[in-house]
Amino acid sequence: MFSRRTDLPLDKDPLSRFLPWLIAFMVYLAALAQSGVIGLDSLAQRWDSGMAAPLTVQIPADLETGTAANARRLQIALNIVSEYPGVLKASVISKDKVLELLSPWLGLVEAADVPLPILIDVETDSSVDFDARVLSQKLARRIPGTQVDDHGVWLARLIEMVRTIEGLAAGVLLFILLSAAGTVIFTTRTGLTVHAEAIEVLHITGAHDRYIAKQFAGRAMSMGLKGGLYGIALAIPTLLVLGHMAGRMEAGLLPDIEMPVLGWASLLCLPLLSAFVSGVTARRTVMRNLRRML
Amino acid sequence: MNAKTPIARFENVGLRYGLGPEVLQDVTFSLKSGSFHFLVGPSGAGKSSLLKLMYLSMRPSRGLVHLFGHDIQTATRDELPALRRSIGVVFQDYRLLDHLSTFDNVALPLRVANVKEQDIKRHVEELLAWVGLKDHMHARPPTLSGGQKQRVSIARAVISRPKLLMADEPTGNVDDHMGFRLMHLFEELNKLGTTVVVATHNEAIVTKLGHPVMRIEGGGLKVIPGTRGKKVLAERALRGKV
Ligand SMILES: Nc1ncnc2c1ncn2[C@@H]1O[C@H](COP(=O)(O)OP(=O)(O)OP(=O)(O)O)[C@@H](O)[C@H]1O
Ligand SMILES: [Mg+2]
Repeated sequence: MFSRRTDLPLDKDPLSRFLPWLIAFMVYLAALAQSGVIGLDSLAQRWDSGMAAPLTVQIPADLETGTAANARRLQIALNIVSEYPGVLKASVISKDKVLELLSPWLGLVEAADVPLPILIDVETDSSVDFDARVLSQKLARRIPGTQVDDHGVWLARLIEMVRTIEGLAAGVLLFILLSAAGTVIFTTRTGLTVHAEAIEVLHITGAHDRYIAKQFAGRAMSMGLKGGLYGIALAIPTLLVLGHMAGRMEAGLLPDIEMPVLGWASLLCLPLLSAFVSGVTARRTVMRNLRRML
Repeated sequence: MNAKTPIARFENVGLRYGLGPEVLQDVTFSLKSGSFHFLVGPSGAGKSSLLKLMYLSMRPSRGLVHLFGHDIQTATRDELPALRRSIGVVFQDYRLLDHLSTFDNVALPLRVANVKEQDIKRHVEELLAWVGLKDHMHARPPTLSGGQKQRVSIARAVISRPKLLMADEPTGNVDDHMGFRLMHLFEELNKLGTTVVVATHNEAIVTKLGHPVMRIEGGGLKVIPGTRGKKVLAERALRGKV
């Protein structure tokens, strides 16, 4: 399907010398878009599975009333929550865990130093249309200051946004792929015009179209591979820098955006993809254009 | 195709370029297998155009062209390469590929036909030695003299032992001595069974070799029988052997 040997001086075409760099640029952009997709996807997945409880009940600490009163208020809250329709499980989050969750804002503090709110994780039956507002009102009537955080809604919106960005990035990826194919088509057509006389000689000596197409395809494939490797070589440092910056920014706010091993592997497939797309596109272009000749 | 099938047969062939006048009008002839013809006529008469029709570079505007028993009008694009591999062409302007060595230029028809590299090497080296270009095997066409290029293009035309060989003014750019040597090469191939058509302006060659002549003039084509048999008799008479 692809041939290394060539009867045509394809490597002397000015356009084809430029092609690897065009492809390098596109593969560079594609690598950024693709790692964006992969990073966001793993982020969304972790949010999806990592925050199991879609609801948190927060009871403010009351320093005045002391621990016994606090324990009683907790018991009341637990009773209300557990009896509420659609609730599967309600569990108190330990003090240590609360401290850990707050550490990005507070730094490391001793548990006794600050009045810690009591947090209750609530798991709901996802098949029931759960109304968090009614629960919130019920709780607030008995224990003033109690808040219900509905992560479900918040998380769903966030994930929706991430998925939209992901879709856009995938669209960008597809667009880059089409532009690369377009560039190869244009370069190949130019090559056919430049080498029209030599191609006629090949035809008259009995060459099949696929014999000629093979040479164009082989050439385009090697340029696609070359361009792909250049592009990846440029993209990797960029991604490392971006990853480092994201790592400094996240500080517990976000689960760390991290490229999985599979993500790196799929990035390294880009040069192979660009080689394959270039080769196949050049082949099809030649076959299609030669069909019009005698 | 059997032995009696003509190598090429034209019937009422007309050819025009674009919307221009007919360059060829009602051309009818047939080439028997193993024949040798000269193609003559004034400049611009349509000799090269006729050859183009025969080496399948163009289709006629009207009429029938049969090659090796195939109607080229109805032949599909996929069938053409096989027909073309039975045809050798020496172009008036050589049409060598400048970036390829002499060896690779001559090897082209074999490569195109997927012949094994080791066989290619043997055949090409043999033929290049025969046309006196063994020492220029790795030279590129731009560094060769006119006569050398001519021999490269002839070698390329005959390397695959075509059934039909066409040469468009193959002696246009060489002296008479070289011209006769090249003609001798074509005659040798003709003796081995190749059908030959040579377009030429060189009257000396046409009269001396005495092969039948196809003359194009005013768009029409006339075939004039050869004088070859008579010439051989005359030569024998000269040598006193009759
Ligand atoms: N590609 C073309 N487009 C238009 N007209 C052409 C083309 N090729 C040839 N012609 C015309 O066709 C006519 C025959 O040309 P052709 O080349 O067949 O002549 P020829 O007999 O080979 O001449 P010469 O002896 O000078 O080589 C000429 O009038 C020429 O102008
Ligand atoms: Mg001519």
